[in-house]
Amino acid sequence: MSARDDVMSRIKSALRDSPIAPEIPRNYSRTSTMNDEQRLEQLVDRLIDYKANVFVVAAGQAPVKLAELLAGSSSIVVPHGLPDSWLSGLPSIGGNDAGTVAVQVDSPERRLTVEELDAVDAVVTAAAVAVAETGTIMLDGSPSQGRRIISLVPDRHICLLQARDIVGLLPEAIARLDATAPQTWISGPSATSDIELERVEGVHGPRTLDVLILT
Amino acid sequence: MSNTFLGMPTLPVFGHGNLNATEPFPKAARRELANTQLRANLGHATHTIRDKRLKVVAELPDWEELRNAGSAIKNATMANLPALLEQFEANFTARGGIIHWARDAQEANEIVTDLIRATGETEVVKVKSMATQEIGLNEYLEEQGIAAFETDLAELIVQLDHDKPSHILVPAIHKNRSQIREIFLREMADVDPALTDDPARLAEAARKHLRKKFLSAKVAVSGANFGLADTGTLTVVESEGNGRMCLTLPETLITVMGIEKLLPSWTDLEVFMQLLPRSSTGERMNPYTSLWTGVTPGDGPQNVHLVMLDNGRTAALADEMGRTALNCIRCSACMNVCPVYERTGGHAYGSTYPGPIGAILSPLMTGIKSEENNSLPYASSLCGACYDACPVKINIPEILVHLRGEDVDSKRSKTKAPTQMDLMMKGAQWAFSSGSHLNLLEKGLPLGKLVAGRNKVIKKLPGLAAGWTQSRDIPAPPSQSFRQWWATEHQAPAGVEHPEGDQA
Ligand code: SF4
Repeated sequence: MSARDDVMSRIKSALRDSPIAPEIPRNYSRTSTMNDEQRLEQLVDRLIDYKANVFVVAAGQAPVKLAELLAGSSSIVVPHGLPDSWLSGLPSIGGNDAGTVAVQVDSPERRLTVEELDAVDAVVTAAAVAVAETGTIMLDGSPSQGRRIISLVPDRHICLLQARDIVGLLPEAIARLDATAPQTWISGPSATSDIELERVEGVHGPRTLDVLILT
Repeated sequence: MSNTFLGMPTLPVFGHGNLNATEPFPKAARRELANTQLRANLGHATHTIRDKRLKVVAELPDWEELRNAGSAIKNATMANLPALLEQFEANFTARGGIIHWARDAQEANEIVTDLIRATGETEVVKVKSMATQEIGLNEYLEEQGIAAFETDLAELIVQLDHDKPSHILVPAIHKNRSQIREIFLREMADVDPALTDDPARLAEAARKHLRKKFLSAKVAVSGANFGLADTGTLTVVESEGNGRMCLTLPETLITVMGIEKLLPSWTDLEVFMQLLPRSSTGERMNPYTSLWTGVTPGDGPQNVHLVMLDNGRTAALADEMGRTALNCIRCSACMNVCPVYERTGGHAYGSTYPGPIGAILSPLMTGIKSEENNSLPYASSLCGACYDACPVKINIPEILVHLRGEDVDSKRSKTKAPTQMDLMMKGAQWAFSSGSHLNLLEKGLPLGKLVAGRNKVIKKLPGLAAGWTQSRDIPAPPSQSFRQWWATEHQAPAGVEHPEGDQA
């Protein structure tokens, strides 16, 4: 008998008493009662608690704010589906003069290598949805967020989030996401509590997380 | 109906690997108790995390509803396990993942080794995983000439120090910062000699140490926190980003997961991802959670394997009274609140699974007749703190009492005449089976005060109980029992530590 059949038969034998599967009581909160403003406020509060840098700006101000955050950076990586307009404030995109930012685009046609990703100063992505209650930003690999590797290897992650994509509770985010998409849920920069259970930020993932919320 | 088994029942087949204590709990506990540094480190750590947990749990007005849902989802999972496993397998496989089945530790180790060999690599990076520790994978791989590098900070500390993990969430909980600094200075070839014991500096040293490994790794081995049957999705919950590195960068990913880790649906994750982080690290959410379903073309490992592990889980499932132990999501809340764990630490339990959950899960998986594990169900004062803390409401005290009874029965069948231990344990079973029985017995406590000498220490207990006094002096019982003291002193915020639903 194959191991699979063996294990299956052991399980069936273990369940000889035919236990009844109980009804699942789903009377926990599944929709938030907060309004837009409260959700935004709670998300900001949670993210700051996790030591992320948070900026709330009007959508039209995104290019200016992004350029400001990237002052001093010489190279960034972006996924191919990131809205071009967000990068329009950067000085001479792709140029080689001092003070300019080289933008590398990761796309299905041109996948950046680990070495290339390790050499850039920052990655800029969008986000699929965010949960206010837990301070969690979710990426689902769609073209504006890119492959999982690009938001992992660079040491700084700048994430642009539309305020309309903020939900109150985790069940609301789950309802919006496709389970089978490769997902990364991010709640603050990389951290560890392994030394005397004290949370310290900055281990293997990006050590700086900037969240730009666009209202 | 699908669960009705019509064929010949297979006998429970027990698990092997790092599930067995190498010595009985009382003996191991005696040694560990003498380590005052260990006790100080543990006391500090468990108290810190307890406070954090209480704070974030109190934030959620629907915590009890989440626990009830979590408990029901897991019970439903076990009741429908064959169908859910088939569903998971079909979904994971349809998206390019490959599933392997392992009856026991040995078989799982062989499968993983063969998969690594097929890549031609001799090094793998690892994400913290209880299942691979249970089967002793690292040791096995080493014998086969394959080096496995632990990448979780605490696992790294333990591995560098040639030590064993002592806690399922914070395996190096027994080490303080200055001990960790010493280990790094001693064992990391490339470390900055000016390293301080500031946790941020220590974390940075670990980052530097592992960075090259991550960026060049070809094969990773992981565990999984959840497998979602209706989508075929796997989940890893972590903090540092070492999990993301292992799950994203290598070409080949091999995951080892116990068959009990399934949840019926993607929607169920909304319950467990609220219960788990708050119960384990006391955070609203852990920094990183990764989800993958088979292979995503162009994104992450293109060669994705999953080893489904039994290793005694079906034996635990066969125990109608004990099977809820399989509902465990390994949050570690029960050990953080356990007065016995807080003093002895995780090593005293021997098995990969320490603390209250280990005291039931290890003997359920290995069989109570397993000599070294039959003392584990006694490693508890049955105070009930673990039950109150458990996010999936596993009634650990009840299962402990059940296993004590099993242990007594198994010994009696060997010795015919009831031994003194039988009588004691049958007595204990009676006493602990009901609060009122226990209260009755506790009224007898002041007697012990008479037997004890002036220094309030009982040097010798009569008969078989002398086994306990051989390894330690027992402080004379206080005039008040622990349960009486607990009832009067321990007034946790209502609805948090003693949720109403639990009193029934
Ligand atoms: S038994 Fe409950 S409290 Fe203990 S680790 Fe498992 S889920 Fe957590």
